[in-house]
Amino acid sequence: MDFRDSPAEADFRGRLRAWLTERAGTFPAAGDDEYWARQGEWHQALYGAGFFGVSWPREYGGQELPPVYDVIVDEELAAAGAPPRPSLGYLVVGLGRHASKELQQRFLPGMIDGTQRWCQGFSEPGAGSDLASLTTTATRDGDDYVIHGHKIWTSYSDVADWCLLLARTDKDAPRHRGISAFIISMHQPGIEQRPLQMINGVTTEFGQVLFDGATVPASQMVGAPGEGWALAMTVVGHEREPSTLGYSARYGKLVRQMAARFEGAGADVPEELGWAAVETEMLRLHVRRRLSEQLDGLSHGPEGSLDKLLMTWVEQSVGHAALAVGGVDDPDLLSAYLYSRAQSVMGGTSQIQKNIIADRILGLK
Amino acid sequence: MDVRLNAEQRQLRDAAAKLADDLGPASVAELDDANRLARLERAVAQTGWRSLRSDGASGVEVAIVAEEFGRGLVDVPFLGPVLADDLGRHVPLGAEPTTIAFNERAIDARGAARAAAVREHAVLTAPVGALRSGADLTRTGAELAGALQQAGQLGAESASRWQALALAATAADLVGAARGAHALACDYAKIREQYGKPIGGYQAIAHLLAEGLALIEGSVSVLRHAAWAVDEADAADAVRAARIAKIYCARTARTVCETAIQVHGGIGNTWECLAHVYLRRALTSTGLWPVTIREIADGLS
Repeated sequence: MDFRDSPAEADFRGRLRAWLTERAGTFPAAGDDEYWARQGEWHQALYGAGFFGVSWPREYGGQELPPVYDVIVDEELAAAGAPPRPSLGYLVVGLGRHASKELQQRFLPGMIDGTQRWCQGFSEPGAGSDLASLTTTATRDGDDYVIHGHKIWTSYSDVADWCLLLARTDKDAPRHRGISAFIISMHQPGIEQRPLQMINGVTTEFGQVLFDGATVPASQMVGAPGEGWALAMTVVGHEREPSTLGYSARYGKLVRQMAARFEGAGADVPEELGWAAVETEMLRLHVRRRLSEQLDGLSHGPEGSLDKLLMTWVEQSVGHAALAVGGVDDPDLLSAYLYSRAQSVMGGTSQIQKNIIADRILGLK
Repeated sequence: MDVRLNAEQRQLRDAAAKLADDLGPASVAELDDANRLARLERAVAQTGWRSLRSDGASGVEVAIVAEEFGRGLVDVPFLGPVLADDLGRHVPLGAEPTTIAFNERAIDARGAARAAAVREHAVLTAPVGALRSGADLTRTGAELAGALQQAGQLGAESASRWQALALAATAADLVGAARGAHALACDYAKIREQYGKPIGGYQAIAHLLAEGLALIEGSVSVLRHAAWAVDEADAADAVRAARIAKIYCARTARTVCETAIQVHGGIGNTWECLAHVYLRRALTSTGLWPVTIREIADGLS
């Protein structure tokens, strides 16, 4: 058992730290509109330097390193105040597991190197937690499918080149079996973008997308007709995998920054900040344990829901600390607090995670 | 970076779990079963786990046994003797069974002749007097029969590592108590029926138990690091890691034990239900070398 870096891990961390030091002061701030606008540029810079997609297959531009290297990237990005690692792992795994070789070869390299931007068209206004009730339709027309429907919570949809879309291809099939998945181009008529402004004021992260007659070649269906649900379950399962929790490394940084305000200030550090420090440290260690367990070949199962729940509690405890430290008059800390409320909703609500834990791990029915 | 238990550690965990399952109290009534207690005492004495440290074992092994003994409500001494054994590596404590004194009381004192305490870097000892029952129904404290007398001196590093071990071992006991209480509640939720179906099938109950499991998983992770750090990190970092583990595990254990009482409904509030035995044990382990969030918050700036 060793919580320290191996020599190879330490070398990787050292190279990354040096690369980040060179670029200090040039990063867009994470979590605001500027960051979301420049995310593609950041993705390509990280990839070009050998620090993005490192755990993915070489065939598609990865380095096939163990997932712990992704965590090292997350930690160092957070420590340097750099933007987080673009969150794509679940799409890579989704296509890696369900798409044909031909589609993988065509789309994965550009997804991983950041030259092609992606969004995910799953949720709809009427299909949130109950995703299988989605009503967007894909109707066969010659070699194409024609799409009609309304998607929501599609992150980066306004800058995306491609969308991994779920649509109903068979309205008579049982509802889980009538859904198919497509890779559809976002650069065409019949697609309307409507931004959403979140409660902290950010407008560029989430959008709504209206499809009204956009088309997708039948050859860009992922898997067979009716196999969209299986892909969706892979993707949402991996949205919760431990290496994606590394994103939360930045909360440790925020805790330290908030604590620094009290140095020599003569005021007590709020207890909320003490708890946020304990929680962020717990999550840092939890990610290490879960990634180590993956070395045994344990696949991502319902345990991801435990990780997601823990991550949510951590982010929201940091949010409460931000509120305790900054009150409502500090715009950055208020924004961090407000943004933290979304964590128990996005990627599957906490209530859905608890349903999964109770049903599939605890066997409560 | 690889924080898995190794094969020997997994074997130790399985052996400690089996011993606790076979001979620990399966009901409140069994707490008073002198035959069972005698067999449990013989079995634990045979394992040699009370002298893990002088046998060269790391904090991880101590935590593994402490966690399984907490989970199984093992009601013969382990925590006190194993911490005294660690001190005995640095200061001669003699051959008599020795436990630890905390706040002028011997803890986990059944069968102990002497108790050792650490004050700053000094190790002090006193004879153990009359047993005194307390909140914990599984571990019995005792009066000290005389004043604590200096027996020796620890180096600064040994004193810090001992503090880290004491915090990590009590955190492990807390994780075990939480796991035991949670398992008890899950079992009950599967058999207790209301409105024609098991209560675990209702989200109101299921979500409480799901939250409990997430809290336990977080606790296991933070404990694992603290137990490793006892011997492998800088002494100051080991204490810091142990304090984080202690406060996190203390909070989660109390929540999970309270949930176990709630899930059992009225029965959970009766003496006969084991849920309060877990809660009492957890509260006792929380009170040994307690860590407050005020201290953690003050340590940030």
